[in-house]
Amino acid sequence: MSNAWLTSLGLLPLLGAFLVSVLPEKNTLLIKRAALGTTLVVAGVAIAMATQFQRDNVNFQFVETHQWIPSLGINYAVGVDGIALVLILLSVLLAPIVVLAGWNEALGGRWSVKTFYILLLILETMMIGVFASTDVFLFYVFFEAMLIPVYFLIGGYGSGARSAAAVKFLIYSLFGGLLMLASIIALYVLSGDQGGHTFDINALSHLHMSSTTENMLFLGFFIAFAIKAPVWPFHTWLPDAAESATPGTSVLLLGVLDKVGTFGMIRYCLTLFPHATKTFTPIILVLAVISIIYGAFLAIGQKDFKRLIAYTSISHFGFITMGIFAMTSQGQSGATLYMFNHGFSTAALFLVAGWMSSRRGSSRIADFGGLQRVTPVMAWVFFFAGMSSLALPGLSSFVSEFLVLVGTYTRYPVAAVIGAFGIVLAALYILIPVQRALHGPVTEGNENLPDLNLREKVAIAPVVAVILVLGFYPSPLLRVINPGAAHSIAQAGFSDPLSSIEKAGK
Amino acid sequence: MTTFIAPALSYSLLAPILIVLGGAVLGVIAEAFLSRAIRPTVQLSIALGTLVLALAQVWRIRHASSLTAAMSSVTVDGPAILLQGSVLIIAILGVFLIADQDHFTTLAAALPGSPEERDAQRAGEKLTEVYPLTLFAVAGMLLFPIATDLITLFVALEVLSLPLYLMAGLSRRRRLLSQEAALKYFLLGAFSSAFFLFGSAFLYGYSGSLSLAGIHTAVEASSGNQVFLLIGLAFLSVGLLFKVSAVPFHAWTPDVYQGAPTPVTAFMAAATKIAAFGAMLRIFYTAFANAYWEWRPLLTIIAVITMLFGAVVAIAQRDIKRMLAYSSIAHAGFLITGVLALNKSGLDATIFYLFAYGIATIGAFAIVTLVRDSSGEVTDMNRWAGLGKRSPFIATVFATLLLAFAGIPLTSGFIGKFSIFSAAYESGNKAVVVVGVLSSAIAAYFYIRVIVLMFFTDPLDDGTSVVIPSILTRATVIISFAVTIFLGVFPTPLLNFISSTAIFIR
Repeated sequence: MSNAWLTSLGLLPLLGAFLVSVLPEKNTLLIKRAALGTTLVVAGVAIAMATQFQRDNVNFQFVETHQWIPSLGINYAVGVDGIALVLILLSVLLAPIVVLAGWNEALGGRWSVKTFYILLLILETMMIGVFASTDVFLFYVFFEAMLIPVYFLIGGYGSGARSAAAVKFLIYSLFGGLLMLASIIALYVLSGDQGGHTFDINALSHLHMSSTTENMLFLGFFIAFAIKAPVWPFHTWLPDAAESATPGTSVLLLGVLDKVGTFGMIRYCLTLFPHATKTFTPIILVLAVISIIYGAFLAIGQKDFKRLIAYTSISHFGFITMGIFAMTSQGQSGATLYMFNHGFSTAALFLVAGWMSSRRGSSRIADFGGLQRVTPVMAWVFFFAGMSSLALPGLSSFVSEFLVLVGTYTRYPVAAVIGAFGIVLAALYILIPVQRALHGPVTEGNENLPDLNLREKVAIAPVVAVILVLGFYPSPLLRVINPGAAHSIAQAGFSDPLSSIEKAGK
Repeated sequence: MTTFIAPALSYSLLAPILIVLGGAVLGVIAEAFLSRAIRPTVQLSIALGTLVLALAQVWRIRHASSLTAAMSSVTVDGPAILLQGSVLIIAILGVFLIADQDHFTTLAAALPGSPEERDAQRAGEKLTEVYPLTLFAVAGMLLFPIATDLITLFVALEVLSLPLYLMAGLSRRRRLLSQEAALKYFLLGAFSSAFFLFGSAFLYGYSGSLSLAGIHTAVEASSGNQVFLLIGLAFLSVGLLFKVSAVPFHAWTPDVYQGAPTPVTAFMAAATKIAAFGAMLRIFYTAFANAYWEWRPLLTIIAVITMLFGAVVAIAQRDIKRMLAYSSIAHAGFLITGVLALNKSGLDATIFYLFAYGIATIGAFAIVTLVRDSSGEVTDMNRWAGLGKRSPFIATVFATLLLAFAGIPLTSGFIGKFSIFSAAYESGNKAVVVVGVLSSAIAAYFYIRVIVLMFFTDPLDDGTSVVIPSILTRATVIISFAVTIFLGVFPTPLLNFISSTAIFIR
């Protein structure tokens, strides 16, 4: 049993999807309850698994390996390190929240409520799989296959130009994925030349290759992840997708799926191509800093809540990417913690924005005003989510943003300094809509908006709690992340720069 | 006076071809002597019985190998068995579709719109010549990949082509278009056969031998006139490339695919590719392997433009059959990269790809036969809008097959693409891999567009509907769907079988 944790975890949502598929189509309440129950069970199992995790062990844990396609050297191999564990936790914790918060969001879709939850549960399986794979081929399979349920979730249940947004999302991701496939093929052939075809990540990290080859392969992986994350200039699909998707889908899209990009950078770019990483770090840092500033500026100019959140995320992904490629253990831990925290703060923002727009029938910022007086609870939650997004000290994102900046400063002070301006801009892009929508006189059309109901309060409470608790006491998570983060830096052949005091001591 | 030596034939090895030819002759006799009422049933039984018997015989001799099965003019070896088996399986599925007589004209000899045609239609006549024609074509396809001298190759080429020219003109609706397609196919086909023959003559002049082994010896000794070799090789390739519809010899493909009755298109698209690529593999891997510097550069260019041209032009198509035709051109390009690899993995990958692609193709065309309005099949893509709503199952199967064409993981197409590109990379042909991956990305776009149409667009109210399939058509659809998924998830048995069997003997 001890080794079947990840497989069972991954199979549970699939089982739930099957259960949902045999329930009567008319009984939507039962379907929703089944979906919620499944995601809760999965979250419970994941937490139970996390308690078994040995924090100081930098090797993959809960490892399980079976032959899948032996003639191509492909294995079903899963296992987690601290980074992957945290991201799996993020996925499974967000899933029940999304189900509960978006209780009625499947109603406006092209297809039945049942199909919505089947797709959602299949997606959860794939989210777990993509973080748990330790076989590059298996990772690729999840990476590509998870596009399909998301595509149908956006195109089938979203609003506005949903099919166009879904297609744009799919084409961008497929294009990146195919570039990655070319690199994977090269890895496969190289490994065959050097002692047998394999896709095992540990074995592949010892491959010898010429620096040109390494650079090309690195780019294949990096562009795929940069599109996924998304990093400027590969970001243009995200605002459209986020605007058209249902709030729940957006939470999973920005909160979890995009993390596959940044996770992939750590797990694959750094581990497999350490030399190329060194070569490209300056360029990537420039892209990251541009993302931070560009995303923030565009967020300020947005008239629509959902697009605003999408652009803030581009800015935040810039921070994460900067933290990863700062090549310090602080930056790395900060980036991983950032991924987790960003998941929750974006979830809070998107869910409240979704409730606001479903009540008002519009997600334009200009249509709101004085919500604080009409719907105090909703207004306060939005305010709280906004504060978390601009990384107010005391809230979880502050810790991660601080770590990223400190980690980057020790090696790349210029990047850190320019990136820090993103914090200033964050205050603008959050406070302006907060002021317009929440404060001031109650504008026309908003007089009778109902406040959050019990279900919505229950859904948002854990998010608020996580943001608060981790803001004051992030160490449980950091203790899980740190060894893994330090290990990935060491594997890439870097060590933390010495501080001036340490230098003086030498 | 020389004594006459009776040719030694190993009948059991030739049995698959002989059985099919016997069945075809039996069909012709049945056509002449049986009453009209029982002909359809009898012909269908003969055709299916023959094919199944031949397939069983192929299975029986699966471990056999012989250079002298028919006085050195055919070689029975692993690849031969695999290709023959694939052709027969595709042919069985093709006959399942052909059994739906609604697609065929009642009286092929009558002029379109003539009183004779009307009378025949009123009498409810059925066109049963198509079965013996199919069997003759299959016999040619069985011979083509195993033939080892140029004369036998030519005969096989003609035996497989002539029935197909006729079959292309048998459509019941839009007969003029169908006859135009048949004529075009015939004229261009005749040209390409002439090229093939012309090339054979030069190769004979070069090597003094008509057998592939003799040519191989001449190439190895690099004796003879190199210019003759070059000319012979070029013209021989034209004949082959025409059959696989590689650019610039593809012009017939869209018109014939569109004009021919859809069951014939399905059979032809899948089976001809297998036979022609089978012959190509044998010719290039055995006779010309040592002259690769003569043909590889040119074939590389052809592969590249075929992939790109097929993918790009498919985007502009509005007709589903033409779209599938251009997609088949793109796939021909992918397959040529497998031939180019000129190594064991290239051989294995090409055979796997041929089988997987053939099965998916026949399923896709089977579904095209089902979408109809009162005047017959609806091939205008815009009228496929909302198919997902009308018939979720058929639309889902079609979407899956399209995703297989696009090479999405967990479908057979992905494993095929992966193995063929890795073989190409292994042979050092990295540029082709990059182009292949890029054209896959382009190709993904138009496959996805069809999915968007089916699922994300509201149905038009124009009488388009999915007819309830006959049992045989339904079987084809379900088998093709199941095989596509199965080979995507558990390709190991087939991959192992191919890699242990597919060894050319010389």
